[in-house]
Amino acid sequence: MIRPDAPLLLEICDLHASVDDQPILHGVNLSIRAGEIHAVMGRNGSGKSTLSKVLAGHPAYRVSAGSVLYRGEDLLALDPEQRARRGVFLGFQYPVEIPGVSNLEFLRVATNARRLEQGHEELDTFAFEDLVRERLELVKMDPAFLERSVNEGFSGGEKKRNEILQMALLDPLVAILDETDSGLDIDALRIVAGGVNQLASPDNATLLITHYQRLLDVITPDYVHVMAAGRILRTGGKELALELEDRGYDWVDAELAALAQAPVEVG
Amino acid sequence: MTTAAVGDLVSQPYKYGFVTDIETEKIAKGLSEDVVRLISSKKDEPAFLLDFRLRAYRNWLLMKEPDWAALGYPKIDYQNIIYYAAPKQREKKASLDEVDPKLLETFDKLGIPLSEQKRLSNVAVDAVFDSVSIATTYREKLAEHGVIFCSISEAVKDHPELIERYLGTVVPSNDNYFAALNAAVFSDGSFVFIPKGVDCPMELSTYFRINSGDTGQFERTLIVAEEGASVSYLEGCTAPMFDTNQLHAAVVELVVLDDASIKYSTVQNWYAGDENGVGGIYNFVTKRGQCRGARSRISWTQVETGSAITWKYPSCVLQGADSVGEFYSVALTNNCQQADTGTKMIHVGPRTRSTIVSKGISAGRSSNSYRGLVQVGPKAIGARNYSQCDSMLIGDRAAANTYPYIRSQQPDAAIEHEASTCRISADQLFYLQSRGIGFEEAVSMMVSGFCRDVFNQLPMEFAAEADKLLALKLEGSVG
Repeated sequence: MIRPDAPLLLEICDLHASVDDQPILHGVNLSIRAGEIHAVMGRNGSGKSTLSKVLAGHPAYRVSAGSVLYRGEDLLALDPEQRARRGVFLGFQYPVEIPGVSNLEFLRVATNARRLEQGHEELDTFAFEDLVRERLELVKMDPAFLERSVNEGFSGGEKKRNEILQMALLDPLVAILDETDSGLDIDALRIVAGGVNQLASPDNATLLITHYQRLLDVITPDYVHVMAAGRILRTGGKELALELEDRGYDWVDAELAALAQAPVEVG
Repeated sequence: MTTAAVGDLVSQPYKYGFVTDIETEKIAKGLSEDVVRLISSKKDEPAFLLDFRLRAYRNWLLMKEPDWAALGYPKIDYQNIIYYAAPKQREKKASLDEVDPKLLETFDKLGIPLSEQKRLSNVAVDAVFDSVSIATTYREKLAEHGVIFCSISEAVKDHPELIERYLGTVVPSNDNYFAALNAAVFSDGSFVFIPKGVDCPMELSTYFRINSGDTGQFERTLIVAEEGASVSYLEGCTAPMFDTNQLHAAVVELVVLDDASIKYSTVQNWYAGDENGVGGIYNFVTKRGQCRGARSRISWTQVETGSAITWKYPSCVLQGADSVGEFYSVALTNNCQQADTGTKMIHVGPRTRSTIVSKGISAGRSSNSYRGLVQVGPKAIGARNYSQCDSMLIGDRAAANTYPYIRSQQPDAAIEHEASTCRISADQLFYLQSRGIGFEEAVSMMVSGFCRDVFNQLPMEFAAEADKLLALKLEGSVG
């Protein structure tokens, strides 16, 4: 939902970042207002996942230039846990397994950390169980997964549902979903996408990072951005995704080659 | 993470590092037959005990300090240690009111309130300060059930027949170098006797405090559970921070008769030395229990977090048919600490069973070794053992080793050994952080998850303590 007067949630300005001294992002510009759903598409290695990790604060990624404002505040100055508590959520492409840490306990500690930041009361074990059982419905997840260790032995689809469950509990203002569709069969994809759609509201925003059109068949983006070589090369509406589906990414190479011959400031 | 957060993680100072300023009666440094006699006479001991000490001392002179453990430390000068130190106070206290308030205050500061009104409601405590026991709480209440809980010095006076019958029968005075040293010079420790058929009505615990800088601590604990009796016992240990090393060589003996059980838990937090490995306790301990009776059970649970050097293998000799031995251990080493710890399960009787769960956590530049022996004798028909040894590495400079020894003379014994090594990965930490969980809490969640199987075995009052202790010890070690 595009409303030009909606508050700006995220303003990424000329963002440069590297990992292991390898520059990946070369000046990303992107603004996201409340109520909007954005999709960032691009080939492997275009910098999509790096962008999501940088926004969430992964310590392996270094920002060398540029800025990111989250509701007017310098996001890059915050620790990852502070970003999460303030409402930035990253749904991981490959959620890690954490043996020995109970999923239920993990969800409760995370939820309470966010609630405290929002000025709500912490939930005790019983109140939290009620909440989590209600939110489980959203992703049609078996309650048995609450009793297991975080993601341990979960299938790819179960891990992704667990991610969306976390999103449902943490009530983020900006949710970045990194390749949430990868590794999902069509039924799981529908469930996960259904959860994302239900959580979207005029007050929050979603940034989908994806490879394929098929996720966008079930979640309709307001904007589609094509990323290549660490920049956003082109921005359009949902029809841009369809165009990509049709024409593939080859035209991107052509545009990149043109850029290389006559470098221009992008963005 | 931002640099500010890393800065916040600087190691917390050791909380128990203070020294109590109290007048102490010490004997001169050094060890000789005269010193052994002096200790025995100070304690006004019967002849059998002096003989026991002297035999041990003469054996010790002929023994060699063991060097097979994966530990490195400079040679210990046994003549440069004080073998007896006691806080000066009026003769044996008739009640707690007569105990020097400074001592009560010390134990208050350690979180072990001894004064009546503040006691832990269901835990009786024996408080040992340097070489002597200064107070034992709830003695009268326990006596109503026939349970004897007192310092071993008092037991020698009040129940010499029990001491003579059991002392040195599980860990003989010539068992090993450090056990022999202990037998020669042991000063105090706890004695517990649970008579036939009695289920001890409260948790028993001993708190060991080293205060003097140049003193060794050589405590000796003896617990006897008669037929059908059961008890849960916990020991805790702390010491001040000194930049010299101190020797601690303890012996614990457990005797369990038919259908009886002893659960022995340790939370060891001796001073570990500083981040460069200066100072800290050398902890050489011999702990062994004998399941003498049929269907008897011994369960060791240990949380080892302190000491510069730890050399400790709480063991079970499973003689009685169908007897059970258990060993649950968390050993955490940080900075320059070294631990070589594990257990011995000696299966003698038929259908004896043992379980070993060992969790080693190594951080900093520390080294953490599990060393365990499972031995099955020819008569142990149907013996079973299950061992699980897991190591967790934090950072990239710490070491973890596992040395399992299995000797079986019984072809149908079932012996299983599982081992794993893991590392707290940056990605796991980031995952938890990206859900709003702070860095330290994330580490502590993962560590306590790793240790849960062991913490579940601790008496409830202490499980949460152990969790906190580990988190405290690890502050600043990840990143």
